[in-house]
Amino acid sequence: MTQEDLTIADPKMTAHGVNVFYGEKQAINNVSIDVGTDLVTAFIGPSGCGKSTFLRSLNRMNDTVAGAKVTGEIKLDGEDIYAPSMDVVQLRARVGMVFQKPNPFPKSIYDNVAYGPRIHGLAPQKADLDGIVERALTRAGLWDEVKDRLAESGTALSGGQQQRLCIARAIAVDPEVVLMDEPCSALDPIATAKIEELIHELRGKFAIVIVTHNMQQAARVSQRTAFFHLGTLVEYGKTTDIFTNPRQERTKDYITGRYG
Amino acid sequence: MAVVNDHTVKAFDEDLNRLRGLISEMGGRAEQALLQAMTALNKGDLDLAAQVVRDDRKIDALETEVEQLTVQTIALRAPMADDLREMIAALKIVSVVERIGDYAKNIAKRVALMDQTRSIEAIPLLMSMSSIVAELVHDALDSFAARDAELAVRVTVRDKTVDDFYNSIFRTLVTFMMENPKYISESAHLLFVAKNLERMGDHATNIAEMVYYVVTGGQMEERERGDRPEDGAAEQEQG
Repeated sequence: MTQEDLTIADPKMTAHGVNVFYGEKQAINNVSIDVGTDLVTAFIGPSGCGKSTFLRSLNRMNDTVAGAKVTGEIKLDGEDIYAPSMDVVQLRARVGMVFQKPNPFPKSIYDNVAYGPRIHGLAPQKADLDGIVERALTRAGLWDEVKDRLAESGTALSGGQQQRLCIARAIAVDPEVVLMDEPCSALDPIATAKIEELIHELRGKFAIVIVTHNMQQAARVSQRTAFFHLGTLVEYGKTTDIFTNPRQERTKDYITGRYG
Repeated sequence: MAVVNDHTVKAFDEDLNRLRGLISEMGGRAEQALLQAMTALNKGDLDLAAQVVRDDRKIDALETEVEQLTVQTIALRAPMADDLREMIAALKIVSVVERIGDYAKNIAKRVALMDQTRSIEAIPLLMSMSSIVAELVHDALDSFAARDAELAVRVTVRDKTVDDFYNSIFRTLVTFMMENPKYISESAHLLFVAKNLERMGDHATNIAEMVYYVVTGGQMEERERGDRPEDGAAEQEQG
């Protein structure tokens, strides 16, 4: 794997020698990667390459999968997230996640966004909560579209709006990292463009890690790209380098459409 | 020609192969135009010279065709990595090959303006120079077809010989003009021919540099290139 030009002065998360097993099967093999604070990092690779598995190990979503085991070291601000002392609920507030299919709660738009801040006790007063909800929806680029119907159900929104609502929900608790697992794969091109614009806007406010099947999307939104194949990290580099002059043959074959 | 047949989408392979075929054809025509123009000059063959001028339209048409195919491929297939570099190089290479064709045409047009060139001693030098330039153009395009970075580097190194020839022909012609003032007009035309050949050598170098970029993803190091004319004659005497 090539590591040149990749010094990230102030990494938000660091992974070192990470292995993930589902029962007997090893899904991730010795992956080490740093995630920059002010950067959008894209994980690309063919189906089953382990990119989503690795993403899910960054906020311990794999804990919920029976038989899943993670070894190696993953740190958030230098703190081992798999340490026994780590509060997993707190961890997932700090490392939020947006999924492939928009999954708003069957609640009002307002309550969808207010849910996290409420359970984490971030808003003692109703006015505080109103402010948090408005700020999160504004950051997610959804406020102007929903401000007059906050009491309506989140599930009544269009797919693209629902996904932005989920992003608003994820960022309402002021996370430090936002993980996105193919956030646009169920959306049309316009809704996709809005999400990509949103990712661009949010860069610098949170560290963002996005898994995508759409290489053009990785090229458009990210500054760092990691290519996974068969559970290993083949190449990690500047997005411009990966897409114009990848160093590894396997990366080249994949991004030029020669894979398989 | 290195044929591409490893993309999952086979139609993409077909586009790339067609593009390579067009560029090869264009390069072949430019090389032929150069050789024919010089033969016409050497023999005073006006028919052949006129044919070179006519055939240049085909080179121009090929350039347009490559440009359209490249733009279309970029738009429809979103090429990446070496495929993307190949698209960019294709665009640049065809505009250079088109220039080579123009210089050949320019040489051919001079044939009719010179009626007494046989006795000018620079002619054999010009013929030798042109065969080296034709080789460079040929090898530069071969290096593109074969994805051969080493051959590309050798082309840039050999361009030095062309520059040496130019400087030598320049001095020969200037001396000849001083001694034979009645041949000044013909000699001046031949100076332009020499200058055109020298520029074609530079263009072959440009193609080779693009090939190097396509194959390696990097720029050719300065030390790998042939030296530019150092006495400045080739640079100062702008045609």
